[in-house]
Amino acid sequence: MRVLAISGSLRRDSNTTALLRALREEAPAGVEIEIWNGLKDIPPYDGDDDVVPGPATVEAFRALVREADAVFLATPEYNSSIPGALKNALDWASRPLATNAFRNKPVAVIASSAGAFGGVWAAAELRKVLGAMGARVTEVELAVGHAHDKLDAGRLTDDGVREALAEALETLLAEAAPALAAA
Amino acid sequence: MSTTEQQATGTFLADPVHSHVGFEVPYAVATFSGEVTDFTATLADGHLEGSAKIESITLRDESLSAHVLSPEFFDAERHPVLTFSGDVVRDGDRATVEGEITMKGITRPATLVGTIVGPTVDHFGATRVGLKLETVVDRTAFDMKWNMPLPNGEPALANEVTLKADLTLVAQEA
Repeated sequence: MRVLAISGSLRRDSNTTALLRALREEAPAGVEIEIWNGLKDIPPYDGDDDVVPGPATVEAFRALVREADAVFLATPEYNSSIPGALKNALDWASRPLATNAFRNKPVAVIASSAGAFGGVWAAAELRKVLGAMGARVTEVELAVGHAHDKLDAGRLTDDGVREALAEALETLLAEAAPALAAA
Repeated sequence: MSTTEQQATGTFLADPVHSHVGFEVPYAVATFSGEVTDFTATLADGHLEGSAKIESITLRDESLSAHVLSPEFFDAERHPVLTFSGDVVRDGDRATVEGEITMKGITRPATLVGTIVGPTVDHFGATRVGLKLETVVDRTAFDMKWNMPLPNGEPALANEVTLKADLTLVAQEA
């Protein structure tokens, strides 16, 4: 099973991306987690450029989503919402809506922040966007507050968060399993 | 016994050309409606069975259709069919059908009420029964919880959805 992991942060030392690296360590046998690093290469969405085929980086992103059995998204919280770059990439991926790459795709959303609330509002926004795109949004609700205290040099040191990540992944894989069985 | 009080014995199948199945739901300031074009209904000795293919829900906008078929609403990929089953109780031209409706894999009791006409022999010699029924369901009970607040804070989409079936059922040869 292939899981595409998407971080909404572009920062090299991002806590959010570090959580995805920790998630990859929790992958059970037979599950491959690929962390996508192409977010910065997606151009700003412009309806005039939304033709077939779209920009090469957009098509590559759409193909990765299509080929994945599930998608695991981690987002920081900017102004009570998700980063513009992440929303922009999803807006590209959502076109055309009726046949977009995220349609019926099992997805899980987690968030992290330096504050106490862990990005719960960003996570809610991201779930809303993915739902509107037609994704199969799982019941995962993990918001990692004070994220910088739970990481050391980019490595997750908090066992509780590690356990929660493994649980979130398990929920996502269970959601993806019936689709695989039917394929 | 008058014509309207005759019992519709035997098996009758819905004539899809002269039948209509659809829904209505209050949305913002008006009523939003749609229809299902691929459905079946069978009335056999007073027992009504119906099914509708979710993919055939017809709306006038492709993106809206995509949203309605998505996991936030019907989840057509995993739950492609809506079914109903119940017994028709006739009182003159009034019909009540106590039964169960299954949508999105969830089964709930439902009472359909409306009118029944016939059996009547049509101009081609076929025997027809008309059943016009509706019921109101709470969509959230079927795990369809999407909403969006209007600027005044009220939800854009009502939870109460009226399901409607206007059926012409034709007697099958024994």
